[in-house]
Order: sequence, then C-alpha cells, then structure tokens
Amino acid sequence: MKTLLKGGRVVDPSQDLDAVCDVLLEDGRVAVVGAAAQAGGAEVIDAKGLVVCPGLIDMHVHLREPGREDEETIESGTRAAVAGGFTAVASMPNTEPPIEGDEGVKFVLAKAHEAGLARVYPIAAVTQGLKGELLAEIGSAVRAGAAGVSDDGKPVENSALMRRALEYSRMLGVPVISHSEDAALSGKGVMNEGPVSTLLGLKGIPDESEEIAVARDIALARLASGRLHIAHASTARALELVLSAKQLGLKVTCEVTPHHFTLTDEAVKEYGTNTKMKPPLRSERDLCALRNALRTGAVDAIASDHAPHSAEEKDQEYDVAPFGIVGLETSLGLALTELYRKRILSLVDLVRLMSTNPAAILGTGGGSLKPGKPADVTLFDPEKEWTVDPSRFYSKSRNTPFSGWQLKGKAVSVIVDGRVLMRDGEMIGEQGETS
Amino acid sequence: MKFERTDLLGLEDLSRQEIEFILTTAESFVEISERPIKKVPMMRGMTVVNLFFEPSTRTRTSFELAEKRLSADTVNISASTSATVKGETLKDTAKNLEAMSIDVLVVRHSASGAPHYLASVLGCPVVNAGDGAHEHPTQALLDLFTIKRRLGRFDGLKLGIVGDILHSRVARSNIWGFTKLGAKVTVCGPPTLIPPGTETLGAEVSYDLDALLPSLDVLMLLRIQTERLSQCFFPSLREYADFFGVTGERMKRAKKDIVVMHPGPLNRGVEITPDVADGPQSVILEQVKYGLAVRMAVLYLLGGGELTGENAA
Repeated sequence: MKTLLKGGRVVDPSQDLDAVCDVLLEDGRVAVVGAAAQAGGAEVIDAKGLVVCPGLIDMHVHLREPGREDEETIESGTRAAVAGGFTAVASMPNTEPPIEGDEGVKFVLAKAHEAGLARVYPIAAVTQGLKGELLAEIGSAVRAGAAGVSDDGKPVENSALMRRALEYSRMLGVPVISHSEDAALSGKGVMNEGPVSTLLGLKGIPDESEEIAVARDIALARLASGRLHIAHASTARALELVLSAKQLGLKVTCEVTPHHFTLTDEAVKEYGTNTKMKPPLRSERDLCALRNALRTGAVDAIASDHAPHSAEEKDQEYDVAPFGIVGLETSLGLALTELYRKRILSLVDLVRLMSTNPAAILGTGGGSLKPGKPADVTLFDPEKEWTVDPSRFYSKSRNTPFSGWQLKGKAVSVIVDGRVLMRDGEMIGEQGETS
Repeated sequence: MKFERTDLLGLEDLSRQEIEFILTTAESFVEISERPIKKVPMMRGMTVVNLFFEPSTRTRTSFELAEKRLSADTVNISASTSATVKGETLKDTAKNLEAMSIDVLVVRHSASGAPHYLASVLGCPVVNAGDGAHEHPTQALLDLFTIKRRLGRFDGLKLGIVGDILHSRVARSNIWGFTKLGAKVTVCGPPTLIPPGTETLGAEVSYDLDALLPSLDVLMLLRIQTERLSQCFFPSLREYADFFGVTGERMKRAKKDIVVMHPGPLNRGVEITPDVADGPQSVILEQVKYGLAVRMAVLYLLGGGELTGENAA
C-alpha cells in the first residue's frame, strides 16, 4: 500500500528539512522524501499549502480507562488525539486501578490496538498503587511496552524511593516522569498563590511548591545518574533549574503545556472551574518566562496534560471541582496561534517540541520522516481559522477554558502506521475499521 | 437613582455611587426598628431563603429579622439539615429551592465564589452572606454605615484592620468599601496572616500595631480563630495578644476620638480586652444594630424596591 503526500511543505527537524516536496509512504514506512517519481498506484493526498511533518506526539495525557470510562476511554481519547493532529500519545497511569507492571501495560496496549487510532505509549506507575511507598514492577512494565514511569497526578514524596526509581530505571532506558510538587506546601490550594488568589479569597499554591520539588528531583537525578523528565513545568524558576541541570550535563528534560503558555491566573477571576488544574495557571511573569524558554530552546516538549473530567464534577464550587482540563483537540491550534503566529517558535522548532523531542525522550521511534521510519505523519494547515467548539470534541469530556476561542492553524490529515485516519478534516472509519 | 443590580455578591464590583445609594437607603430603615411595631409591608408575600453552609448566629439572625421586618416569609436552612450531607450538589440544592418560587436567596458558604456560582445558575437575586475568604459585603456595608453615622465622612479617614487578614472576607470587603469612599486602609497582623499582594487591593501593610495605632481614626479588629494555632500561623494566643491584642494600655497611644469596631464574635482577652470592647470608643453594638437597617435596605433594593432612597420607608 502506497500513499503519496504531494506538494506539501515538509518540516522535519530530524533531518533539518523545511522544503516543499513529496513524501511517499509504503507498507507502513516512509519510503521517499523528495521527488517521488516511482509513485505509481499510490493514493495521492494533495498537500499543497499544508505542512507535512512527522506525526505529532502528546507525551502527557490521561485516558481514564480503566475506571472512569464515562470521562474518556482509550478509544475516545485516541480519536480525540487524531482529531487534534496527534499520531501518538503517552498515557498516564493514574487510572482506577492504576496502570502498573506488565499486566496494566498490556491492557492499555490491547485497548489501543483494538481502537486502531493513535498509538498509545503507556506510562506505568513508579510506585505500587501510586501510593508512594514501594517500587512498582517497572522492569516488567517496560518489557511489556511502557515508555516511561510516573506517579503523575501526585509527586513521589519519599526522596529515597525517588532515588531508587531513578537508579533502577537506568537499566530500562526509560525516563522517570515527575509531577514535581511539594504536597505539604501546596496544601489545600486550588489556584496560583498571589494577588489574584488574595483578591478571590481562594487558597493559593505557591511557585515554590513546584520549584522545591524540581530542585529535589534534579538533585536526585544527579545522585542516581538517572533520566528525569519534569512534567508540566509552569514557573520561571523551575525552568531555570532545568536549564542549569542541562548545562551541568544531567539527563533532565521538561515539557510545558499550552494552557500555561497561553493563560495566567487572571483567567480564574470568574471562578470558572475550567481554569482549575495542577500546576495552576501562574503569573504574567511566569508566562513570559515560559515563552522565553520556548524561544531559546530550554523547553524540550509541548504536552497537553489532557485531563478529562465529567461536566457534573466540574459544575461545582471552585474549591470542590477536580483539577485538570482537556487539551488534545486544542493543543496544536494553541501552539500555532500563540507561539508560531507570535514568532516565538518557527515551524521547525514547533514540530521538534511536539514530535521529534517527545519521541526521543520516550525512546519510542517516530518523530522523523527519514526513509525507513514508521509512516506516522501529520498534515496541518497553519492558516486555517477555526473556533473552539467543545460540543464537537471527539473527547468524551468538554472541560476546556478555550471554548469560543478563535485559533489559527489546525490538523487536516493524520496518518498512523501508513493508515489514513483523518483526511481533509474528516475522521475516517469507526471502531478502528480504517483502510 | 434606581439600583440596577440583580445580586449583591461583593463590594469589589460596586461603584462608589452604588455603595452610597445603599447607605442612603439604609438611613430610612433605621427608624423602623425603633417603632413599637417593627414591621413594614414592603416584601409582603415574598419569600426569602437563608441558606447557610457555615455556622452563624449574628449574620443569620440579622438577615432573618431584616426579612421579617420587611414582612417577607423566611426559611432558614443550615448545613447540618440541608441535603448536601446526602451528597446533593450545591446546584441541585439551589435549583430545588428556586423551583419553590423563592424571591431572594441569601447564602453563606465556605467556598469562595459559591454565591457567584449560584447567581450564574439561578434566576432569583442572590445575596452573599459571606463566601470563604472572599467577601462579606453586608458586613462591610454595615461597617461603612456605622462610620457614616458616627463620623459623617470617609474622605481622608484612616482605617486600620488588625488580625487574620489572610482568612478574612470581612477585611477584603472593607478594604474595597472604605477605599472606594475615600478612606485609607492599612492592614496589620503577623506576616503569616497577611495574604500576598495585599497592596494590589489598595491597602497598606503593617506588622507593628503600636506604630500604626496613633495615626488611626478607625480601628477594626478581627476575630482570631483558635484553629489557626494548629496550622502554625502563630505560636500561641498569649503571644498574639502581646503583639496585636488591643488593651486599654495600648489604646493610650491612639487618638482620643478613635472608633473601635469588631464584626464579632469577640475573643475577649485575645484581640480585644473587655475595657476596650465595652468602652466609650467602641461601636460594636451599633454595628449590630445598623446591620439590620443595612440588610433591610439591601433586601428591599434587590427585591425590586422602586422607591428612591429618600422616601423608601
């Protein structure tokens, strides 16, 4: 089976490529990038005016299955991923029960295979039952296909245990992904601590809650010679800590979310619970620091922290509503509108942060259109203007603060493993029955 | 002037003119409570529900009496008897009340923003009777009214609010109210109980009561809750009283005609000693008295009162 992507602007950081040319996919692999003369019999997709890039990877999502299938399933979440332009997602293990060891990982992979949509790279629990007490069977989890380990949703509070996780995972070649937070310092906080929390009378979560934990995790990564990935970095000083760790040669990477580079805690002012997430929306100063870090290459990845919650649970008092917002279907649009449009990232850098780097951090392959690589490709229209309408989300949940936002830039076609799952903005097939 | 608001959620978003209009309207309600028959028919046939998710004696009683003196039918629901203990959401509880055709909902809730949330889902007027650490607008209005009666002016007045500012909705509402009317506000307490960015609300910050006291025209004390001890906000009540308790001795530093306020309930011997609480400078009971008039005015205005402030009563 051959597919020819004709005449698009091919952007591939892995080969320093940004040029108008053809891409030929054959038998689930990239065959040719350039002039594709031998394309007889290929299905042709006209890519004129579109960006053709290695499939986007969202390295931080919550798919809620098992346990909260009313909020999201692996199928609905991976369909939302495709709709948002992603060919793969890394799923966090804080489900009910948590994804742990080989059994948990096999469950996720089987469900993802059944769905036949975006690839799923399972992240397995670091500690047994996410309780932060004993090391989980992370070796078995990685052998079964886990791409990383994390207790995301909460930190591994015990420093000795975090050290062991960072040491032990060295032989497995996967990162420990840290939700870096000092839980006692966060306390019962529900938003960023500062003038706005004072104004609203809501309990605050200080920047330092994140920074203390990031500093500790970096120290432990040094001690353990481990691979640390900081999830959802949100403060200026957290990014400075990561940058200085990199300059020391430590194996530390970090991601930022679209909501943290787009919104500040000013957005909380109407008590809308779709502004409640962890880490919380920070100050203008932090937002500027995030954008600056993105510009200077200090950030490794953009990830959505897609966290579906039911309408009932979000439709409550601010104190009571759960933390988290969905992001799979707005992530690319926000990155293009807020970073590319505003000249913070070039398209090459944007694709690097949303594809090439996540693939490298997780060691999953992909993230490249070099011949021989998996035929995972995203085609997006950087000029397409659209309005965020949560009622049209493929995700089962609608908890976004971006409802009604005008964005510029949207995924048009998505190809996973050579199979066209979305074409010209239309999802193809149901229940994995794709051609 | 007609009061255009459908809810009273806080003083932050009220204009100086709106606050002054409420205070003017309240003037005409004071006298009603001094009559032998303390009742006017302004809200006859209307139903007001007092939905309290936190314990309250003073505020709830004040609202209830205000409603009764306006001839409204009142229902009190306290958290212990409400359906929320059965797992019902706040929205469902409020929607059920609304389905019984209530005319005004008065709500107190421990979650900041809860009255705003209810106002967004209900059609009837909502009065915030205190939400979390956010606002307590009728308390600030009665404090303003008390000072208006006592001193007759706000411009250039200096107000000191002393105590637990961090957890205080009374402090926040009073900062908005007093600064909008032209007074200067300084908050004072240990740094652990002063929230970050207090200056952005328009108040100055002091940690030294003795240095602050001589400059004040009005001293407002806040209740120190003993549960803050276990959260390490300060080491002991004894030390708190030593640093921030207002005693007769300490009051010698103050202006002779200083006005001393306290929203109650008092911790005698902690933030205030009895000689000050019961002394000539104290207006603590006037605050309570005027609370009724102010709440009558608010209910009357939100309940659709169309008379002007001058002839309201």
